[in-house]
Amino acid sequence: MAALFKARRALDMAVGRGVRCLSQLAELPELHQIMRQTCKDYAQKELAPIAAQLDKDHKFPAKQVKELGAMGVMAVEVPESLGGAGMDYLAYCLAVEELSRGCASTGVIVSVNNSLYLGPILKFGTEEQKKQWITPFTTGEKVGCFALSEPGNGSDAGAASTLARQEGDEWVLNGTKAWITNCWDASATVVFATTDKSLKHKGISAFLVPMPHPGLSLGKKEDKLGIRASSTANIILEDCRIPLGNMLGERGMGFKIAMQTLDSGRLGIAAQALGIAQAALDCAADYAHKRTAFGAPIGKLQAIQFKLADMALATESARLLTWRAAMLKDAKKPFTKEAAMAKLAASEAATFVSHQAIQVLGGMGYVTDMPAERHYRDARITEIYEGTSEIQRLVIANNVLKEYQQ
Amino acid sequence: MSGRVLVGVKRVIDYAVKIRVKPDHTGVVTDGVKHSMNPFCEIAVEEAVKLKEKKLIKEVVAVSCGPQQVQETIRTALAMGADRGIHVEVSGKDYETLGPLQVSKILAALAKKEQADLIILGKQAIDDDCNQTGQMTAALLDWPQGTFASEVTLDADKLKVVREIDGGLETIKIKLPAVVTADLRLNTPRYATLPNIMKAKKKKIANVKPADLGVDVSSRLEVLKVDEPPQRQAGVKVETVDDLVGKLKEAGRI
Repeated sequence: MAALFKARRALDMAVGRGVRCLSQLAELPELHQIMRQTCKDYAQKELAPIAAQLDKDHKFPAKQVKELGAMGVMAVEVPESLGGAGMDYLAYCLAVEELSRGCASTGVIVSVNNSLYLGPILKFGTEEQKKQWITPFTTGEKVGCFALSEPGNGSDAGAASTLARQEGDEWVLNGTKAWITNCWDASATVVFATTDKSLKHKGISAFLVPMPHPGLSLGKKEDKLGIRASSTANIILEDCRIPLGNMLGERGMGFKIAMQTLDSGRLGIAAQALGIAQAALDCAADYAHKRTAFGAPIGKLQAIQFKLADMALATESARLLTWRAAMLKDAKKPFTKEAAMAKLAASEAATFVSHQAIQVLGGMGYVTDMPAERHYRDARITEIYEGTSEIQRLVIANNVLKEYQQ
Repeated sequence: MSGRVLVGVKRVIDYAVKIRVKPDHTGVVTDGVKHSMNPFCEIAVEEAVKLKEKKLIKEVVAVSCGPQQVQETIRTALAMGADRGIHVEVSGKDYETLGPLQVSKILAALAKKEQADLIILGKQAIDDDCNQTGQMTAALLDWPQGTFASEVTLDADKLKVVREIDGGLETIKIKLPAVVTADLRLNTPRYATLPNIMKAKKKKIANVKPADLGVDVSSRLEVLKVDEPPQRQAGVKVETVDDLVGKLKEAGRI
């Protein structure tokens, strides 16, 4: 009996204190801990209080994005010489998780700018391109976006039907891109278009296009279920002319650039999903302490305890996968399988945890007075964008089979 | 004028944590509990860094007294813009009994050693609420003090300090070297930027023992007991003013 009582006291204290257990933090290097705490402080003080209103108004948090830019969070991996923070990918994942814990929309705005826009330019851009397309996008004054998906193909990225033809000293782009995050607030985009249709996916190239630009127009802002403070719309290219120097990487390299970019991008989304899951868990655990039923706080009921345990387990497991993938990337080791596992685990954790959080809150989970319903709506997209859960499973399976190659 | 400012930073239990008294009533539970920099110390660091950015002072040195863990607090000060840190090693029983008198002796000794022109501290720590260290340090050094500062203006070697006092605001002019303690409205501490967090890695933290500074950290105070505040009792409703007067007389209040 004494052991059971002690165990329950321990769970009560661990869950109810709302305080990070030292052992979690002890795994991270000191500077990463300080950085994480800084982002957490910012998110809790500046993002969490306005997140519900931003969601209601579908409003881009311009002021906060600028503040995050000043902190270096909009360009975590970019070297200081180009205006970034010069930190590693693990630091970036920690930042996105803590920011998303405050506001999931802000988390994706930060993630898209870092991983999907700055990422490929940093890796494949010329020195000139880096100065022109990276430095102004590190301060939060300008954000970028990534245009790969089309109305006709999402997962089937190789079937890009947007075309690019060379006319003299210009590229002329024609086609439509769909589901582009940040596009209504962006000042530039990385666009993927086919330069050689006969080469299939090896005939796709990447281009840098400023926004606004003649020949580039935006579709209507999508009215989404969640992450409503970030804009999502089509990008329509009609004889959009850009200088030859705006090609990113070599001709035909586009598919490779896209896939490598998404490999890293999916860790950013994993981090965002972790933030959403953690926020939902915070909400449910806090409620379990305060709400009384049957004469005691509902946290005393096994049904609720088992839910909280499963929620915490799902979140922590996904977190460790995410950290591991980030550390592999920082050590320049292959990380494709681990990144896919992290994104899959984290996004499924986010949907699971936010679903259970509403269950713990009961009726209160269904109304906008509590953030649980927003976490539920925000979580859903994480299983879809930057590689659906189905694609992640294919990536993992391919890697596993390769390991066992006969 | 060395242009050097010493800032004291204290590692305390985080303000958001619910404090629990140890079962043996000798203190509060600190194991496994989240700690962070005392909020008033954050304001002190911010003020020092701002003075440096205005080029009114040259160097900000962050000081903390305690065991190994306080290095994290010093590192946070470095990430906010302090130039270097000094860790005064105090651990075990000495740390448990460390109070304003010993800390002010340490700060006074360091101020002399570092030839500091200015010491900025938080007005008080949120764990013991002593509000003594700044005043004691100034007295030990025989320096002027500007406590509860809500505004500080430095002009060469003269300091104008607007102090928050019970009756409102009091403005005083003091000459450096001096001690200032920061009150809530002095400034809003910045969020450390990621580049500054990276730079903090390279900044030096020197280790020093109280004995090296000639300071005896033994305490003249003994904590007898620590208890939680009494539980708030339910009130009593009365119908008329006469009833109220009667009840107050009963309770011996009037």
